[in-house]
Amino acid sequence: MDWGSIFELSLRELIGVQAIVFALAAIGINVQFGYTGLLNFGQAAFAAVGGYGIAVIVTTYDMSFWLGLVVGIAGAVVLALLLGIPTLRLRADYLAIVTIAASEIVRLVGRSAWGRDVFGGSDGITGFSNDFYDLNPFSEPLELGPFEFRERVLWVLAVGWTLVAICTLVVFLLMRSPWGRVLKGIREDEDAVRSLGKNVYAYKMQSLVIGGVMGALAGMVYSLFQGAMQPDVYATNFTFFAYAILILGGAATVFGPVLGAMIVWFSFQFIDLALRGAIGQGYIPDWLMDSNDTGAVRFMLTGVVLILLLVFRPQGILGDRREIALDAR
Amino acid sequence: MPDDNVSSLTAKREAAVAAFADVPREPGAKKPDPILVADDVKRNFGGLLAVDVDHVEIQRGSITALIGPNGAGKTTFFNLLTGFDRPNSGSWSFNGRSLHGTPPFKVARAGMVRTFQLTKALSKLTVIENMRLGATRQRGESFWRAMLPFTWRSQEKDITERAEDLLARFKLDTKRDDFAGSLSGGQRKLLEMARALMVEPELVMLDEPMAGVNPALTQSLLEHVSNLREQGMTVLFVEHDMDMVRDIADWVVVMGQGKILSEGPPETVMSDPRVIDAYLGAHHDQSLAELEQEFESGALTAAAEAELSGDVAAAPSSEPQAPPSPTEDAPIDGGPADEKPAEETVAAERTGDTKDGR
Ligand SMILES: Nc1ncnc2c1ncn2[C@@H]1O[C@H](COP(=O)(O)OP(=O)(O)O)[C@@H](O)[C@H]1O
Ligand SMILES: [Mg+2]
Repeated sequence: MDWGSIFELSLRELIGVQAIVFALAAIGINVQFGYTGLLNFGQAAFAAVGGYGIAVIVTTYDMSFWLGLVVGIAGAVVLALLLGIPTLRLRADYLAIVTIAASEIVRLVGRSAWGRDVFGGSDGITGFSNDFYDLNPFSEPLELGPFEFRERVLWVLAVGWTLVAICTLVVFLLMRSPWGRVLKGIREDEDAVRSLGKNVYAYKMQSLVIGGVMGALAGMVYSLFQGAMQPDVYATNFTFFAYAILILGGAATVFGPVLGAMIVWFSFQFIDLALRGAIGQGYIPDWLMDSNDTGAVRFMLTGVVLILLLVFRPQGILGDRREIALDAR
Repeated sequence: MPDDNVSSLTAKREAAVAAFADVPREPGAKKPDPILVADDVKRNFGGLLAVDVDHVEIQRGSITALIGPNGAGKTTFFNLLTGFDRPNSGSWSFNGRSLHGTPPFKVARAGMVRTFQLTKALSKLTVIENMRLGATRQRGESFWRAMLPFTWRSQEKDITERAEDLLARFKLDTKRDDFAGSLSGGQRKLLEMARALMVEPELVMLDEPMAGVNPALTQSLLEHVSNLREQGMTVLFVEHDMDMVRDIADWVVVMGQGKILSEGPPETVMSDPRVIDAYLGAHHDQSLAELEQEFESGALTAAAEAELSGDVAAAPSSEPQAPPSPTEDAPIDGGPADEKPAEETVAAERTGDTKDGR
């Protein structure tokens, strides 16, 4: 087995596009769930709206890429308002139910035969990313030590990590401000915050909108990278994966979601390659698993790691142990 | 505390007491300068009329106690007045401005701030952050300005100073950077009260500020509450501890089964037969443990005797020849019951739990 190349390939994933996409989605969930205590189980819908925003505007309606960006973000804002207005005055679980349903509705409408003319059905939409790649300033591949990145990937990585940096900076600034303090107060006890003269409903709405817009950015980056907007990418497991990443990295920490996303995608690749290598070498017998099973096994192993983490480090990698201890009181 | 402060303390109290001189001792009595006026406030919980207040006024600059047995509707009345619950009917005004249908945050901004029977310290925020949260009109609480620290930093500094002063006054300054969740029950009550003061309210509504508080802290809590009046605030508080009521209240309003039963200065009210009756009636709702406790202290036998005499209402006043036994008024006042304020309040909080777990 070539451990060197396995490690190299895994390191690529550490900073890869998947890590970017899930970091963005998880940063959004961090604002909503980590800081405000809002259970948005429909982050996939926000990502899909972002992706469709560009794809529909550019491919279906043949309009400008920039308008597509605006529509994608505005769409996420509208979705957040639609989900928030009826539910944010109610108990926390209502938002959870409504968002998880909305996430499936967005996906099913997107892949429906009825909406095929606009959304392209289950095949999705392609051919909207040219304007994006036309902007690419990189004209040749970049070699970084053992790594080589092609121009296209390089451009997505540059834009993607810039977005991650901006979103992280925004969260950092917000959460050390009085605005962030109100959010954390709401997470602890919203009636107490109300009694101090804060419009809790408005703050929850702002939190939902901001987290949703970050989700939309995740969907935009992914569909531009793929050059295709496919509805089934944004099934509910997209959301739960982002949650797992957030909890692994540490909810309500500024860098938790980014670190979580990097570690998860690194480990995924590493486990997958190591298993394939071991199977190829005959270290793992055929009757136990073959190379088609590695995809499923890495999910199982991820689950095991998450369980161990929650047992031994419930606050996540970056979280503060003392905060968890307070819950037990 | 400096001397002139003490004298002004008595002055304020005297003024408050004097204001009540001509107020009739009857439910719904008109006050010379009411800060809060409520009319015909009703709240129904599936057939149970939890609050049914015809008329009540709270005198500005005074400390008014709202007492009554468990389940009398005191907390529900607080919830209605502060917008946390909606009444079936009724209206009320604060400083002459109608607050009917006003959401809680606007009620607080109007200057009417309440605390909760079940303390709501924000556990994962530090003590100082809890305090800062209480300040209103913060520039940094708007989304866009939040990201530009230079727009709110100087205000944050002022807020922090004010918070630190209050913490020092409440002897919580050593806990400044601890998580609020690590404080003891009594310290949380103090923190909640101090945090409410950060709002700079005109009317402070305290729901059982003493419940569950270590008796060692009681005295200082009492001082804090009477200090509020010194600073020109009006206080309305719910309390079961009759010593506290007697010590600091200028006026007492008694609720029973949702209605205002009686009003008057503490001494008058505590010997009011209707009040004693209301408290005796409350025994039906009490737990066995409490009954046992009161049995031991002689309170319950008093109740039983009073009931047997068939003249409950008149019992305390119509038998002047009876020795000043602890029995007759034990449940609300004096006697052996007084020797166990801690258990009493803890028990009160426990029974309150189920009702307030909204
Ligand atoms: N949310 C609620 N739902 C149903 N009944 C309630 C609710 N809140 C209070 N009650 C009932 O209303 C009555 C008054 O309760 P409460 O205001 O908590 O009394 P107090 O604070 O005087 O002890 C009680 O009988 C209680 O059971
Ligand atoms: Mg109560």
